[in-house]
Amino acid sequence: MSAPPLTAEADLGSLGHRTLSSAAIALICAGSVGVVAVLFALTSHSVAGFVIVTPVAVVAALVAMSWVVEGGRSARSRLAESLALLGLVLAIVPLLAVLGFTLVNGLKRFDSTFLTHSMRNVADSDPGGGAYHAIVGTLEQVLIATVISVPLGLMVSIYLVEYGSRSRYGRLISTTVDVMTGLPSIIAGLFILSFWVLALHQGFSGLAGALALTVLMIPVVIRTTEEMLRLVPNALREGSLALGARQWRTIVSVVIPAALPGITTGVMLAVARVMGETAPVLLTVFGNPAVNMNPFSGPQESLPLYIFSQAQLPNDTAVARAWSGALTLIILVIALTVAARLLTRRWHVPTGG
Amino acid sequence: MAVPLVLSACSADNNAANSAGASGSSTGAITCASGTLNASGSTAQANAMSAWTKAYQTACTGASINYAGGGSGAGVAQFISNSVDFAGSDFPLSAAQAPDANKRCGSGNTAINLPMVSGAIAVGYNVPGVTSLKLAAATIAKIFSGKITMWNDPAIMTDNAGVSLPSLGIQSFHRSDGSGTTYNFTNYLQNDAPTDWTYGHNKVWPAPGGQGAKGTASVVQGVKSTPGGIGYMELSYATQNNIAYAQVGNAHGQLVPLTQANAVTFLSKATTSGSGGDLTLTFPYQVADPNAYPAMLVTYEIVCKSGNTATTLPLLKGFLGYTSSTTGQGILSTNGYVPLPANLQTQVSGAVAGLS
Amino acid sequence: MTGGALGPTSLAEDAAPGAGSSSGTRPKTSRSDRLFRRLSVGSASLVWILLVAIALFLLQQALPAIHADSVNFLTTKQWLPDNQPPVFGIAALLYGTLFTATLSLVIAVPVAVSGAVWLTQYAPRSLGRMLGYVVDLLAAVPSVVFGLWGLIYLVPRMVPVSAWLSTYFGWIPIFRSDGIYGKSIFTASVLLAIMILPLIGAVSREVFLTVPQDHREAALALGSTKWEMIRLTVLSYGRSGVISACVLGFGRALGETIAVALVLSANYEISWHILTPGGNTIAANIANTFGEAGPVGRGALIASGLVLFIITLVVNFGARAIIARRKDFQVSAS
Repeated sequence: MSAPPLTAEADLGSLGHRTLSSAAIALICAGSVGVVAVLFALTSHSVAGFVIVTPVAVVAALVAMSWVVEGGRSARSRLAESLALLGLVLAIVPLLAVLGFTLVNGLKRFDSTFLTHSMRNVADSDPGGGAYHAIVGTLEQVLIATVISVPLGLMVSIYLVEYGSRSRYGRLISTTVDVMTGLPSIIAGLFILSFWVLALHQGFSGLAGALALTVLMIPVVIRTTEEMLRLVPNALREGSLALGARQWRTIVSVVIPAALPGITTGVMLAVARVMGETAPVLLTVFGNPAVNMNPFSGPQESLPLYIFSQAQLPNDTAVARAWSGALTLIILVIALTVAARLLTRRWHVPTGG
Repeated sequence: MAVPLVLSACSADNNAANSAGASGSSTGAITCASGTLNASGSTAQANAMSAWTKAYQTACTGASINYAGGGSGAGVAQFISNSVDFAGSDFPLSAAQAPDANKRCGSGNTAINLPMVSGAIAVGYNVPGVTSLKLAAATIAKIFSGKITMWNDPAIMTDNAGVSLPSLGIQSFHRSDGSGTTYNFTNYLQNDAPTDWTYGHNKVWPAPGGQGAKGTASVVQGVKSTPGGIGYMELSYATQNNIAYAQVGNAHGQLVPLTQANAVTFLSKATTSGSGGDLTLTFPYQVADPNAYPAMLVTYEIVCKSGNTATTLPLLKGFLGYTSSTTGQGILSTNGYVPLPANLQTQVSGAVAGLS
Repeated sequence: MTGGALGPTSLAEDAAPGAGSSSGTRPKTSRSDRLFRRLSVGSASLVWILLVAIALFLLQQALPAIHADSVNFLTTKQWLPDNQPPVFGIAALLYGTLFTATLSLVIAVPVAVSGAVWLTQYAPRSLGRMLGYVVDLLAAVPSVVFGLWGLIYLVPRMVPVSAWLSTYFGWIPIFRSDGIYGKSIFTASVLLAIMILPLIGAVSREVFLTVPQDHREAALALGSTKWEMIRLTVLSYGRSGVISACVLGFGRALGETIAVALVLSANYEISWHILTPGGNTIAANIANTFGEAGPVGRGALIASGLVLFIITLVVNFGARAIIARRKDFQVSAS
């Protein structure tokens, strides 16, 4: 028959099946949006209702047309694709809301004074002051935590994947790590407070905060690193060993670089998480309105602690500083994440099998 | 444990408009000393500490005072474990804590409670169209325990003759975290409305009904965003956020407006119950004075009467001497607090001078 | 292919240090290999020792408080540990912790996994990667900011949503309510779901990306639609990875402290009605009451932390059992 361009041949390798062309899909989507818009304009005028009903209507129309034209299996496939896309949109919406909100509230005090000054001699109700001391503190604490937990975590996951994947000890360690991922952040803080700060008389310091963050970071690093190491195909290991390399050499020169992009992702996620932890640093760094460059001695400030304490004060000036601090922290973490991704791209080793 | 780096000239720390005095000099009521003081505890006095710290550090550039709010319990625990030089607390040392605190000060020494920052508890509300409200103690008790649920309830209308109250549901907010404000508010209710408030007084909210909110900032958030909302908060939060607050009733049914004068009057009738320099206060909840605002709180500084180390003693006496002086107490009202009445202030000042 | 029948350990035993070694004796592993292995085992042991230290510390601090408790710790709902005599129990806290974490998982997992499927299977490669990074940005938001955002932005907006749910779905028991909405278990679970979304999504994405291309092409060549291909290859291949991601997310939700503390109305009651204000979790309770707690109070809070610890243990054992059982049934094709 004189086929109108509503169906097309050969898509998805299903020979001879009728399928919906892109033009048809576009038409269906536009049509259903239009119908819903008209309905809402005539009845309820609710924007929220429109936003919710439209995707449902579009998906329903698409799936129905697909059922008629392409058959049940393809319709199910279209439904799956629509739901998957819906999932993505639902994941992005809160992101926009949170980031937008922080941006709008944080820009008020996000100036050079804020970034280069501390809170020494600034009363809560004063309009000035900044978070320089908090930024320095957080960077130092997170750096120390990373320097301790990444090598340690990597060695542990190497054990779990390369040496202990079948042994009882390996399973024990793996369970231990699982348990530690569920450790509430405040318990980590309480532990370091009780053990390091009090029992060992080390006092409050940036290092104490870093240790509390390490306790939280290690299990996450181990978990994600382990997953990435496991996904490295055995063919790579076998090839290296067949060429005569020792096992440790294989691990260091072949397995780790192959898993490096995933490992970097995992580490960055861990860093991102601990950078924003308030509870463990609350109990261990004590806080300090002035700059303390030395993380090993004396109370220090930390950015999440700064945000938390400023936000609880009754003064508008303090709340404005809190949101600017939040904006600063988010920017820091995003900058770190983006930098990590860019670095990873250079080292990306294809792991296709 | 202070590191000299804290005191080094870091440009980030140059925040004061002008540093009026070199270290070691005295400016009026301020006796300068240098060093670092670490203190922690009650969040209710955080604003006061911040203002005092700024004034003292501006006058004495060699001094660093580091007060971390974190709760009275945490502050006292840190004081007992010798992690801080003094603690700010919404409650005096309990009978269980006193021996440990004394031990921290050294054998034969005692730790004392010095009332330093007092504040008024405002009953803030958000009722559209109502700009002034009077609530008897019994009414407040019933509202906060969920027995009165509508703003046009007869009990509230009796308290407010001539005011038209809407037919709006009451949404009460209390603290979900432990708090000295809750402690003092429930203490006031228990003393001034004993028949209607049978839940005792506690730093953890003891009554049914209402919504919990963490920190006064959240209580304020709740009241502000809920028409029909009502909550108790420190006065500074109410004024900073433009929340109207009610006149409250005392034990004799008299309704007292919240003014600084009324707050100070109430405090001036408080009695001290400690011995040997300790100045724990007992509030006069039964006083029949229509000009004494009864919903008050006071926070204490817990210090060692004797046994302070030679490095911390000068700065401790210098700073607390400033805070307990009339100059120091004088800057409190701009921050929403209530200065100590003269009789108490001289006692506290004297106690600080006697620290060793 | 996951490390299948030929595990790395067995290979290590077979590998000869030099080419051409054909003697019958078993070759010695080199010193550097032994050193490296010892280093690795030692690190693993450090982790285990750390956990034991934390557990011992929790016990040591918690036991005096539990002894001082005048009522049953596991079945009491009230929390007044600094009263004379102390009266406290974790019944309401335990319920709230498990309920909010489960509910947040129920909300987050479909969204995160379906989003990951779209990004890895349907989106063009570069767009998928870009958008994946964008979703990961949610992980960049610190929990304290989530808490503040939740309190100021989310709670007021959940009020009409809760009202709608209660009106149209109130016949389902959990949605029944008496008209006051806001800081409820539902709101807290939604906030928690948003917080654990990037974690589950990122790990799922990484796992889906490593499904071998030939598996996918084989399914398509056999005539399956795209969805059938995904179901057959991607989802089944990545199932254990996704379950790991879920356990990670569940653990995070169980222990989230500050954000939940700011958003929950915190009473000590057990209620199925997720739309009414109230609810409390163990971690939020610690955040709320630690600052003002006396010595018994602190011990009681640490005791509740110990219970949370044990829950995580149980959850993880359960998850491992599920994954292990699945592996038994999987035919490892290579």
